[in-house]
Amino acid sequence: MLMALFQTPSLMIVMTGALVGIAASLLGTFLVLRGSSMLSDAISHSIVFGIVIVWLLTRQQTGPFQIAGAALTGIFTVFLSELLASTKRVKNDAAIGLVFPVLFSIGVLLLNVYARDVHIDEHMVLLGEIGFVWLNTLDIAGYPVPQALLSMSLMTLLNLAFVTIFFKELKLATFDEALAKALGFAPVAIFYALLALTSATAVAAFDSVGAVLFIAFVIVPPSAAYLLTDRLTLMLLCGSIISIASSISGYFLAVAWNVSIGGVMAVMTGVFLMAAFLLGPRYGLVAQILRRRGLEQSNECRTLAVHLYNHEDQPEQAAENVTRALHDHLMWDEARATQVLIRSIDQGLVTRNGDLLQLTEKGRAEARRILEPWRMAGA
Amino acid sequence: MLGFLSDYTIQNVALGAALLGVISGVLGCFAVLRKQSLLGDTLSHAALPGVCLGFIIAGARQIGFILAGALVTGALAALLMLLLTRNSRLKTDAGLGIALSVFFALGVVLLTFIQSTGNASQGGLDSFLFGQAAAILRSDLWVMGVVTAVALSIVSLLWKEFKLVSFDPVFAASLGYPVLVLEVALTVMIALAVVVGLQMVGVVLMAAMVIAPAAAARQWSGRLETMVILSALIGMASGISGALVSALGPGLATGPLIVLAASAAVAVSLLFAPGRGLLWEIIRRARNRRNLRGKRVLTTLYRLAAHHHDSGYPSEQGMVDAYHGVGTTPVLKRLQARGLVEPVTHIPETTPHWTLTQAGIEEAESILTNLGKQES
Repeated sequence: MLMALFQTPSLMIVMTGALVGIAASLLGTFLVLRGSSMLSDAISHSIVFGIVIVWLLTRQQTGPFQIAGAALTGIFTVFLSELLASTKRVKNDAAIGLVFPVLFSIGVLLLNVYARDVHIDEHMVLLGEIGFVWLNTLDIAGYPVPQALLSMSLMTLLNLAFVTIFFKELKLATFDEALAKALGFAPVAIFYALLALTSATAVAAFDSVGAVLFIAFVIVPPSAAYLLTDRLTLMLLCGSIISIASSISGYFLAVAWNVSIGGVMAVMTGVFLMAAFLLGPRYGLVAQILRRRGLEQSNECRTLAVHLYNHEDQPEQAAENVTRALHDHLMWDEARATQVLIRSIDQGLVTRNGDLLQLTEKGRAEARRILEPWRMAGA
Repeated sequence: MLGFLSDYTIQNVALGAALLGVISGVLGCFAVLRKQSLLGDTLSHAALPGVCLGFIIAGARQIGFILAGALVTGALAALLMLLLTRNSRLKTDAGLGIALSVFFALGVVLLTFIQSTGNASQGGLDSFLFGQAAAILRSDLWVMGVVTAVALSIVSLLWKEFKLVSFDPVFAASLGYPVLVLEVALTVMIALAVVVGLQMVGVVLMAAMVIAPAAAARQWSGRLETMVILSALIGMASGISGALVSALGPGLATGPLIVLAASAAVAVSLLFAPGRGLLWEIIRRARNRRNLRGKRVLTTLYRLAAHHHDSGYPSEQGMVDAYHGVGTTPVLKRLQARGLVEPVTHIPETTPHWTLTQAGIEEAESILTNLGKQES
């Protein structure tokens, strides 16, 4: 039974993709909230440098040395960027954009010169191929477990443990760094630990999805989750769910179209983001437009109520509080005036008495609340 | 050596690198000043799907189609970034990262789509990822040259507007300039620079070519006019030198070498540029610290003399050392060279003693008076 599962390539691929997504979005959530998501871009490029250096030293392409090396490279990249920015000669974003291309360039040159006939090349590092993860397996208790699945499971567990254990510290360091510092929570150490884990996850993920597609998993699912919820725990959960959904849907679409599986998985995160951007319950574009329209409509009804209130029981009432006057005095065209009137009657603000428009008690209260708020406070 | 330079391929590569250096140097200035350095990174990654689309539409490696495609998807990515950051609570960094990664992923998908259709001439497409300068043809250079010329003429025509928008967009808006249009124009022009650089350094390293020459030039000048010209020159120089070095040996990729040359220019500028150079600042600080020590020792001697009501009071050096907590020999030697103190003997003691000269007394008094003024 279990044997059959491990021998199903599609399941192994989807699971690896989902694990990359979960591991990445757990950490990405904090990077996105902190406003430093582009650091993941810098890190995932510069780990090429770390991978080559570790390979030159140990001749190992994967494994714990590579992961540790990547973690160090990530920290090194961010440290160099912050050092450069601290000279105040270049801006923060320019510093990031200056450091990682240098490390990447050195990495690529070293690869070209020393490692021409080795299986690591910059295409592999940048693009990866998740479709082949099931080829490279390790025997664990007799089961052929794909190596990528194993390393991603470990990274996911590690990231999950980090986020769970340091949840309070992470939360405080992300939302109020100054307070975290004042309370002695070492936000800088937490931040660097986060980046070290991001780099380690990147190198564990690079042979399945590649470095650039890894960036998609770090930034896009947490961003989509950020558009859906205000609670940090929910955001972490939403990010993971979106990652899983992207992995599953990406796999099947990629197989149907016969294109890069990792690529479609990353594109799917973008599709979910756009869905959240358009249809999110509170921050979605549609919800925003609806809310704005609702506000506009209720303002129109309130305008009508105030207009009627001003002329109520006045001599000019017969001329002012009729449908015609809405067109002449409030500059509403026929259709709009009719709509507002219908809506106001529906809401029980206004009644129609022959030609005359009369406020109901509710409508009068509404107008008074706008015109004489001090009276309402007393009443 | 001369034969090396007259090589057809090397001429092409050097010319292409020079064009790239000029256009990315000039447009990079605006990106860096507008704090949009990483926009170049996003636009260059987003060029990949455009390259593939251009290839699919043309059916072959036609440079015109490919560059047009790159320009279109680069611009689309920039628009997506603007749309996301203006209409939701996502910040700029997230907007940049989303546009970058999703568009690049789309590019990877299209790349594998082209590969799966088994088009024989798709071999050239990989070169757009990392750049393959040796594959540049003379006809490609014409396209790159025209794009550069167009971009440079737009910059010179709209010079005043671009300058104002880069430094003070609010003021520009209050003067009635179409700020949004100008900003979009600058963004699209960076996409133009990316398009020129695609074959030389590839989509991955273009970010550096937008930032590095501009960041280097910024250290040498505080005027936009000078900065832009310097940046173009630095970009050109690093382009040509990177291209020439890569021709020296096999396996030396052009893109990384050009980027390293430009980054070396940044490092040199950061250290040695007059005024802003870090080296000068270190020297300035060391000199200040030395001056301060001299002043402190001088006033110590003055106070000791005043305390003993003897303007020629010989202070023992060991006492001055103990008072300052450090050896003061070099400081006293420097003061002596300036004629402010002189060594004296104080029989029967054998240790070195120092006394103030008349000039030293005046200097110490002026220091103390100025000190009092600053304090009050």
